[in-house]
Amino acid sequence: MATSTLSAPQIESLAIGAWILGTGGGGSPYQGLLNLRRLYREGAVVRLMDPADLADDGLVAVVSTMGAPLVMQERLADPAPMVGSVRAMEEYLGRRFQAVMAVEIGGSNALQPCLIAAVTGLPVVDADAMGRAFPEAQMTSFAIHDLPMAPLTLVDVRDNAVIVSRAASWKWMERLSRKACVEVGSVAATCKAPRTGREVKDCAILGSVTKAIRLGETVEAARRDHRDPVQAVIDAEGGRRLFGGKVRDVDRRTTEGFLRGAATLDGLDADRGRAFRLAFQNEFAVGWLDGLPVVMTPDLICVMDSVSGEAIGTETLRYGQRVTVAALPAAPILLTAKGLQHVGPRAFGYDLEFTSVFEARA
Amino acid sequence: MRRIGIDVGGTNTDAVLLEDDRVVHAVKTPTTAEVTGGVTEALRLLLGRAGRGLAVDAVMIGTTHFTNAVVQRRHLSPVAAIRIGLPASASLPPFEDWPPDLARLVRGQVHMLEGGHEYDGRPIVPFDAAGMREVARKIRDSEIRSVGVASVFSPLDRSCEEEAAEILRDVCPDAAVTLSHRLGRIGLLERENVTLLNACLRDLARATTRAFVDALAASGITAPLYLTQNDGTVMLAEEALAYPVYGFASGPTNSMRGAAFLSKLSDAMVVDVGGTTSDIGSLQRGFPREANNVVEVGGVRTLFRMPDLLSLGLGGGSLVRDEPLAVGPVSVGYQLPERSLVFGGSELTATDVAVAAGLVDLGDRRRVAALSADLVRRCLARIHAMIEEGVDRMKSDAGEVPLVAVGGGCFLIPERIPGVSEIVHVAHQAVANAVGAAIAQVSGEVDRIFQGLSRDEAIGQARRQAEDQAVRAGADPGTVHVVEVEDLPIAYLPGNSLRVRVRVVGDIAAHPRR
Repeated sequence: MATSTLSAPQIESLAIGAWILGTGGGGSPYQGLLNLRRLYREGAVVRLMDPADLADDGLVAVVSTMGAPLVMQERLADPAPMVGSVRAMEEYLGRRFQAVMAVEIGGSNALQPCLIAAVTGLPVVDADAMGRAFPEAQMTSFAIHDLPMAPLTLVDVRDNAVIVSRAASWKWMERLSRKACVEVGSVAATCKAPRTGREVKDCAILGSVTKAIRLGETVEAARRDHRDPVQAVIDAEGGRRLFGGKVRDVDRRTTEGFLRGAATLDGLDADRGRAFRLAFQNEFAVGWLDGLPVVMTPDLICVMDSVSGEAIGTETLRYGQRVTVAALPAAPILLTAKGLQHVGPRAFGYDLEFTSVFEARA
Repeated sequence: MRRIGIDVGGTNTDAVLLEDDRVVHAVKTPTTAEVTGGVTEALRLLLGRAGRGLAVDAVMIGTTHFTNAVVQRRHLSPVAAIRIGLPASASLPPFEDWPPDLARLVRGQVHMLEGGHEYDGRPIVPFDAAGMREVARKIRDSEIRSVGVASVFSPLDRSCEEEAAEILRDVCPDAAVTLSHRLGRIGLLERENVTLLNACLRDLARATTRAFVDALAASGITAPLYLTQNDGTVMLAEEALAYPVYGFASGPTNSMRGAAFLSKLSDAMVVDVGGTTSDIGSLQRGFPREANNVVEVGGVRTLFRMPDLLSLGLGGGSLVRDEPLAVGPVSVGYQLPERSLVFGGSELTATDVAVAAGLVDLGDRRRVAALSADLVRRCLARIHAMIEEGVDRMKSDAGEVPLVAVGGGCFLIPERIPGVSEIVHVAHQAVANAVGAAIAQVSGEVDRIFQGLSRDEAIGQARRQAEDQAVRAGADPGTVHVVEVEDLPIAYLPGNSLRVRVRVVGDIAAHPRR
């Protein structure tokens, strides 16, 4: 099995890139990065494998942490329960995993497979199931392809383990696992429905780990050379600059366990005199320029500090920040008719016909 | 009410005497290496004018001494760190992500114990009191006498930290103990960092405070001594010496509070132009707006009450270069009176440009007569653009607000700024810091998660807790009022969870005259 080893600087770049691909949600990868730095100091390494090298019948663990970002500020990211969730699944299945991969490449979950890999030696598959971050379990390429959602294992730091062996729908899986998660303190490591090598090759979003690393490297190189890191990201990833301005107002509220709200930006420089409005549900979902919708999910809506290029989350947006809004292209699977049912604007409650900023330009 | 405010800055020690709302006397003297010399001298000058034996109600001192100690890695003590929360948060122990040179000085011992709480108040696992006793004995048998304790979710439930302190008092009563719930907000690593920084400064804080007390006694002053804090309030010196980190940003805070007092404006922008930097902040209801995000101190990530400031590398001593045009960030600093052109030196500084443009009359104007008018114009345009952008960045709403100009270099501030209704210049602007110290009040703050309550009920509960805290800290109950309410719904938590932060302040309760 051909694998390459990720260097410590590549891990740093991965954290920067994953935060940008979080499109405002997914949580900061900072604690995962601290854990990986520590593991690397102790001699661990993370191996990355091309999904094409997976055996068709090989088994891949699909992992993420479930819970409230605020709780994760106190109960810090820890590889032990993450490894525990994978081991619990192996025990339940009576089979061993060949590799591990992330559900979402956006935010803190992007680093979870790397933490497990650094401890267990399993390789990380260069793929994920969102190509970004999304708030709900059915918003994955696996769900769009109608793959089964069970079983799922959920493990906490006290050695509690829950197995959801069946669920009537993705919504039921979300409900049952969320309940268990709240019970153990609103943070738990999960191993989602295992995937075969064939399923990953056919239904996952491929190349997302190397994409996140490349994004991070682009930002770092631009900072080193005193170039505009936001423009560098746009140029390197075929993205589009939508607006540059200053945060005037942020309105946040929690409904049904999600952070929903909107932010209003006043234009600066070339955009002076114009206003941009961003709506979010954990992640940025829709953007309006002077009242007209110009960008919407699943296109990636990235908000970055205009000077440093650092990504800004929906929980850390605040008055006065100078930000640039950019769009990056979504994975093609998300743009299909079936994909848009799962992750298009209507899936977030916006009565808008999806139009990609990238189509509009063509 | 007669109060003395003293600001011990990096360059100067300033002191003012306030009678009710009036600045009666103000003095400036160089800061000395061991800081107390400057304080004694400032008091001598001040009392020389006011008359020795003057009855004073309170003395407030603000100092950047403790921040400087961390930044310069000086006078720091080794610390025993105790983390309570296992089996949670096990993989990232205390001192993770500290700059190695600082960690080497401060990391004495590291202990991790079972205990801590969930966000909803349930214990993670029972607190390991027997293990804590063992740890206390290890500390007793070592040279270390300062301990920092941080427990998971202690801002919501402090019982584990308090139990640990109880055991430490019992086993090694001479140890100085810092508990994290007294210092920080939710965010274990950052709160623990603040706790450990505080612990490593305890010896220095004790010695410095004692020296301040001695300086007061030597000046014949018997009034209580308060130390000013980051949020523009004060603590009695004998309590403040346990919390040196609370004074980290008191310098810029005092300057903003002083600006508010001298201008009689409670909502305004403040620009303080010093010799090397300009600090820009936003006053809301007379207090600086607080930073909501991580603030690094000496390379350590912290999250606690700090003013939200933008510091530009632009001051009266900033060096000016042409082709390409550059102003700052390098400055001649306190050597301005020797090195700048108008004072007979050979370096072109922002002050020289301002003199050439006729904005201020300092030194010998003829020494800048030969400067090209074009350079002066371009340079001023650059300085004004830097300040304008900084002000715009720090403004939190779109409407026009007044701006108070303070500091020795305030002549660099343009007379008109977009989004600013007027530029306000005030008397005593050069000692705004000391004035801010003199007028400081007492505060109380609560930041916690409420569940199953309406928004109004949650805020009401938080307000009552904050008020109790302020009164315990010495506020006159009749004067306590709310200055800040912030509520943030929490994603993913059930039961309409709301994080509420309420801050109240009140005047210092009158002290009986001796």
